[in-house]
Amino acid sequence: MSGLFRYALQRLVLTVPMILILLTVIFLILRVLPGDPVSAMLGGRPVPPEVLQSYRVKMGVDKPIPAQYVTYIGGVFRGDFGSSMRTSTPVLRELFSRFPATIELAIFGLLVAGILGFSTGIIAATRADRPIDHGIRIFHIASFAMPLFWLGLMFQVFFAVKLGWLPVAGRLGGDVAFTFQPVTGFYVLDAIIRWDGRSLADIVLHLILPALTLGVAMTGLLGRMSRASMLEVLGQDYVTTARAKGLRERLVVTRHALRNALIPIITVFGLELAVLMGGAVLTETVFSWPGIASYLMRSINARDYTAIQGSVVFIALFISVINLIVDLLYSVVDPRVRY
Amino acid sequence: MAQSDTVLLDVKGLVKHFPVRKGAFRRVKAAVRAVDGIDLFIREGETLGLVGESGCGKTTAGRSILRLVEPTKGEILFRSRRMAGTAGGVKEVDVVKASRGEMKALRRDMQIIFQDPYSSLNPRMTVGGIVGEPLLVHGMARGEERKKRVADVLGAVGLKPEHMKRYPHEFSGGQRQRIGIARALVLDPQLVVCDEPVSALDVSIQAQVLNLLEDLQREFGLTYLFVAHNLSVVKHISNRVAVMYLGRIVELASTERLFADPKHPYTEALVSAVPVPDPDYSVDRIILQGDVPSPVSPPPGCHFHPRCRYAVDVCSKDAPVYRDLGNEHFVACHRADDLHLQPIHDRTTGQTGGPAA
Amino acid sequence: MPETRETTPIRRSLLARTAGGVTRGLRGQTVLKVGLVIVIAFIVMTVVAQMWPSMNGFDPTKYRGAPRLEGPSATHWMGTDQLQRDVFTRVIAGGFASLVVAFSAVALSMIAGSILGWISGYTGGWLDRSLSLFMDAIYSFPSMILAIVLVAMFGSGLSPMIWAVGFVYIPTYFRVTRAESLQVRETTYIEAVKAIGASRTRIVLRHVAPNTVNAIMAVSSFNLADAILTVAALSFLGFGLPPPAPDWGFDIQNGQKYLQSGSWWLITFPGLMIIALSLGFGLIGEGISDLVNPKRRRKLG
Repeated sequence: MSGLFRYALQRLVLTVPMILILLTVIFLILRVLPGDPVSAMLGGRPVPPEVLQSYRVKMGVDKPIPAQYVTYIGGVFRGDFGSSMRTSTPVLRELFSRFPATIELAIFGLLVAGILGFSTGIIAATRADRPIDHGIRIFHIASFAMPLFWLGLMFQVFFAVKLGWLPVAGRLGGDVAFTFQPVTGFYVLDAIIRWDGRSLADIVLHLILPALTLGVAMTGLLGRMSRASMLEVLGQDYVTTARAKGLRERLVVTRHALRNALIPIITVFGLELAVLMGGAVLTETVFSWPGIASYLMRSINARDYTAIQGSVVFIALFISVINLIVDLLYSVVDPRVRY
Repeated sequence: MAQSDTVLLDVKGLVKHFPVRKGAFRRVKAAVRAVDGIDLFIREGETLGLVGESGCGKTTAGRSILRLVEPTKGEILFRSRRMAGTAGGVKEVDVVKASRGEMKALRRDMQIIFQDPYSSLNPRMTVGGIVGEPLLVHGMARGEERKKRVADVLGAVGLKPEHMKRYPHEFSGGQRQRIGIARALVLDPQLVVCDEPVSALDVSIQAQVLNLLEDLQREFGLTYLFVAHNLSVVKHISNRVAVMYLGRIVELASTERLFADPKHPYTEALVSAVPVPDPDYSVDRIILQGDVPSPVSPPPGCHFHPRCRYAVDVCSKDAPVYRDLGNEHFVACHRADDLHLQPIHDRTTGQTGGPAA
Repeated sequence: MPETRETTPIRRSLLARTAGGVTRGLRGQTVLKVGLVIVIAFIVMTVVAQMWPSMNGFDPTKYRGAPRLEGPSATHWMGTDQLQRDVFTRVIAGGFASLVVAFSAVALSMIAGSILGWISGYTGGWLDRSLSLFMDAIYSFPSMILAIVLVAMFGSGLSPMIWAVGFVYIPTYFRVTRAESLQVRETTYIEAVKAIGASRTRIVLRHVAPNTVNAIMAVSSFNLADAILTVAALSFLGFGLPPPAPDWGFDIQNGQKYLQSGSWWLITFPGLMIIALSLGFGLIGEGISDLVNPKRRRKLG
């Protein structure tokens, strides 16, 4: 256990340079490129120079760039991400309030991808080179090649507009929005806590299409990996042995093969995290989902530097932590891995 | 063999330590003392065998001499024909101190043949490309002229000119080793370091390649430093033999003397392991006890003392001096004068080893 | 010229090998063939549409004579948009930005990433460690988000997209070539080349780099497939070509406004084109991976 703890600590320390590098890249690009954040914020309206200057001082962009950099980095390590140039609310507070929405979307998206990818992958592997295998593989490749935002729009066209089964966008319906009282910000969980069936139904209905979009788009990689990994395991001697001793095929797969096939799949989950966050930006845009990604998009459009920097650092931190957890999960699934 | 008295290569106090780095900050925690101060010289036209167990530093020594690994300390004096500039002259250069440009010029005089004929040839280049590359790098021959030089050297090593267009994977191990030899010889070097050139080959091929090396030596007047891990290979080809143990030379003498009158207990053990093609000869093999100690922390005093059956107190305290017993028989052993060690063949024919027929 | 002569044996052999590999591999490589056909068809289609925009009488930008927002019909095969333009013509011409940006960005990142990867892998030491740290940081961050942030800062249009997408993919090539270079560095033939006195530049260019080409080829096809999607997303978010120009991503964004009224054709057809092109590159990648990886070929065969 102490070994595991030490490893976790080391990994956490190693994320510091990573975040610093990302932060520096973003900071430099934002500051070095032409375009004045203050005039961008004021919407290009002609403003007297002294007013412009007072805004500069207020936002801290009057100082030389190295000084701004040091101030900003220092702030980040103290947990102060600065205030939004647009709304003057603290960036971190805004990010935290929107974080649950993104996480909720990501979790359900992953759930869809996990169920779809893993099951299709296993089915394809156990029926390798039969028609169903070919069909599944085509589906996997198509899922790779599909633009996620387009998939979302197609879902909207079909399920929301044509069939009218599901809401087009948003997280809550208009009427529920008035009565529903969030607790944690994870709406599904909140509705259960409040024991509010009507809200829960509405929330779940709103969640289906975004989660499906994110999930289906990520199915390809996961499904291919599951198939390859399962095929490899099924070719191992211990699986042949299990078959040779007369075990039924279903038991061979579930008892002997599944657990070992799972290990490389966990790696893919870790890798997919970056894809997932990238996908979340597009999903949130298409479905007007009020998460971090749509906050980032809005900040980008407003050239809100502190908000952009804050979002990037936040996302980088989040990914580091999840990757760490995935790494530690290895030791749970694979008894050979010890830290 | 056209031997002369001129010393071509004179190595003095050569040291190579590899740092061992550890931890997140990669601080140097220790050093692998691969070569721990060796002295040797090679005369023009002769073959010096360098023998020792794997890990004793013999390969590193060979590579340090060519500066394929940077020596930590020491002098490597080389009488270069080409560095002198004018025809017929020679210039003595310290390889360790040679500048980048000097080193490039020196590469034409000092070449190497590798152990593994598979990994030593770039799989994506044709034989013509591989053997011609040295000429290209040194701008020595262009176009048709280069083709001709490559064809000539391929002929010298027993390959055909039409092999130039083929790729290494189309050849057998022995043929590939010939390609490697051709690459080394195309620059017309003075000294060739042969790094176990036959130990990766089938036994049937080994003799062929050894004979080829001997023929080429005669034909081109080459000087060899022949690195090997057992004495039997070296016995045939070497004029003199140096025995290495844990980064140091423990004994160096002419091949005859070394086999007839070994002065170091480690040499005695190696000599006893050489197979003798005589059914009446009963082998009295000396089996060394224990493992080779780590070169990171070699034992104090004489490195060999923990495994030496003649060791006395002083052996674990002081390092023995490497000294000449006369007739260029060098040895590093406290008891060299009072021990009578077992030579090869001493009880049967009375004949001693030496370059066999 | 003696200078060209000098390098001929090596260069010709490399070319001959590559060409030989391609023809040998194409035999029976259906996946690769299909991919190549798709991609080449798209390139031809785009070039023709650029040179001869109004081939069917409906110029993608100038023609405004169609009925407004009408579904597919015999005259307008993929329907019409709110500005009374023909969707089919726009879809045919709409791949220009995707192809230009994807090829340029991938070329950019391939060159930069590979050179850095060769140097880093071959040299090692502190340079390698700091470069790797930098590249890993970029790599672990979502490429889509980074591309969006960068392109937003660079401005919109073709060259900002090329720089942004190109930068984001540099670590992909760096990682591949670095790993391969590390392996090549340890081989004896590199030591042999050092022994003959070859310069560092020569070793990297003539010996390390060619041995990483297979890996780069396989990665770049998958990378192109991904780049097509990234460019489409950037255009969708409004960072692509300015409005009148036909562009799949932007046209989809435009179609989103009329989604509620059921104008599905505005979104569907440009999307299908993106899928087809991305799929084409993906199939080429699959084919090349099978070719260069004999182990995988055996498994599939």
